[in-house]
Amino acid sequence: MSGIRRSVGLGLLVVAILVPFVPLALTAVSSGWRYPALVPQTFTGRGVALVFDPDGEVLAALLTSFTIAVTVAVVAALVGLCGGRALGLHRFRGRRLVQFLLLAPVLVPGFAVTFGLQVFFIRYGLADTVPGVVLVHLVPTIPYVTLVLGATFASFDVSYEEQARVLGAGPVRTFVSVTLPAIRPGLCVAALFAFLISWSEYVLTLLIGGGTIRTLPLLLFSYIGSADLTEAASVSLVFALPPLVLVVAASRYLTGAQSGVVGLGRL
Amino acid sequence: MKGASTGTAVSLRGLRKAYQRGVPAVDGVDLEVAPGSLVALLGPSGCGKTTTLKMVAGLLDPDEGDVRFDDRSIIGLAAEKRPVAMVFQKPLLFPHMTVGQNVGFGLRVRRTAKAAIAARVAEMLELVRLPDLAHRKVGQLSGGQEQRVALARALVTDPAVLLLDEPLSQLDAALRIEMRDLVAGVQRELGVTTLFVTHDQDEAVALADKVALVLDGRVVQHAEPRVFYERPASVAVARFFGGRNAVPGRVAGGRFTGGGLDVAVPTGTPPGDGTLVVRQESLALVERPAPDVVPVRVIAARYLGTAMTVTVELADTTRLELTAPPATAVAVGAPAHLHLPPEACTIVPT
Repeated sequence: MSGIRRSVGLGLLVVAILVPFVPLALTAVSSGWRYPALVPQTFTGRGVALVFDPDGEVLAALLTSFTIAVTVAVVAALVGLCGGRALGLHRFRGRRLVQFLLLAPVLVPGFAVTFGLQVFFIRYGLADTVPGVVLVHLVPTIPYVTLVLGATFASFDVSYEEQARVLGAGPVRTFVSVTLPAIRPGLCVAALFAFLISWSEYVLTLLIGGGTIRTLPLLLFSYIGSADLTEAASVSLVFALPPLVLVVAASRYLTGAQSGVVGLGRL
Repeated sequence: MKGASTGTAVSLRGLRKAYQRGVPAVDGVDLEVAPGSLVALLGPSGCGKTTTLKMVAGLLDPDEGDVRFDDRSIIGLAAEKRPVAMVFQKPLLFPHMTVGQNVGFGLRVRRTAKAAIAARVAEMLELVRLPDLAHRKVGQLSGGQEQRVALARALVTDPAVLLLDEPLSQLDAALRIEMRDLVAGVQRELGVTTLFVTHDQDEAVALADKVALVLDGRVVQHAEPRVFYERPASVAVARFFGGRNAVPGRVAGGRFTGGGLDVAVPTGTPPGDGTLVVRQESLALVERPAPDVVPVRVIAARYLGTAMTVTVELADTTRLELTAPPATAVAVGAPAHLHLPPEACTIVPT
């Protein structure tokens, strides 16, 4: 009985997530869809052509967004590994203060933070560059990643590392063979967070990228402003699908691996 | 003990370690371990015995002092480079590996050939009496099995020195005794020099060739197990081993006086203040006055099933405790005669 109930619940959840995509997908291929018609009357390949134009701005923005988000996820995960390890494993003076300060860039509106930072980006020639945008995306992502990994490390027993050392494994081997498998779920969740935050970042990209670095959110806003629903819907789909695919893939990968879920729960 | 010629001698000299400034966890540990022998580091929790073990393993750097294997210092050598293996309180089996992969871990990091690893893993699992378990998942083992796999994993690289940090403390009583015999058997078979940390004096006495009692970061006595009962070095040592009786007094002219006692002491006992220590098992109530018998009054008697604990009072109200057979007839409050054999008495510094 509960099995059936769970299946129904899961089904409803999938429907709830996927149903909003249906009108979006229909709009993307329609050229005329007026009240009170339930489905579009005329169809067009214009949206598809726009998206898949090899020289077009959509694919270029997709590549830019992907490059930035992946870089941000990797860098934030590396920084978060160190910070999270320190926060999770050691009890040091000022630990709570560090935890609070970590959250500061998340608590203060990104706009305010970046306005303060922008001067420095311009001074060091980082404004309007991809490295500059990556750097500014690290501001809101590192806190999340560090806190998630801090929770992950808090439930990790360092004795496993000591055990590996006395069995003859050096520091690198110990990390790769023993620590990494233990914290992998938390690390994946953290990197996924960073990717998603960077992927949908608008304000910071606009301020530091100055419109030169055109990521998908920037492009999407300009299409939405242009009032061409077909094109806007097409770009929206390109924007919305990769995170969805990634989340589904990650949750499949992490199923059965409890510690990631535990790590999240501890937040 | 076949390892006497092949084992490694371990020498700890003046080891010191403080986690907080001025609060030493290990405060000058000196210990000589004969090749191939099993020495128990015995002490209450927090006495510094695990810290000592970790300094031998290379997991902690001593603030001062030296660790020598066969008279070569290993200070400065990273943990993974030391010819030691350690088994912890918890089995710490790597959860993402099978039993076989766990046991073979030490060989894989040394890049041993696969076939050789498989053979050696099988041999080790045989040694700890868990053959055919190599493909089992770690989560499917019982507590005793886990600790046996941990032992096999430690021994697989043929370490010169085996360090055991209370490996039996989390097992239930029956299993603990079984594992104790297994550890002793394996250690004697391989002749590997072994340091065994425990807070359980029964375990130390049953298992070790020699016991080093650690109190407050120092080795207070290092000797064969029976010496701790027969000739404790101090009142604290006697108390740790369950000794109930300590009578303060003076030694002069080859005799101890104090608490109404007047006992001959062994030649060579330094004169001056001293405390007489005698085990409750060495005392007995007798029928009538005789040599080495002192008059006492029975204060209390407690029946314990296999024995009886009797408390008696000497002339000056100093109390002594003795263990008597359970069938002893005792009249509480009545005078009695206590046999106090001088050879069972030890005079320790007050």
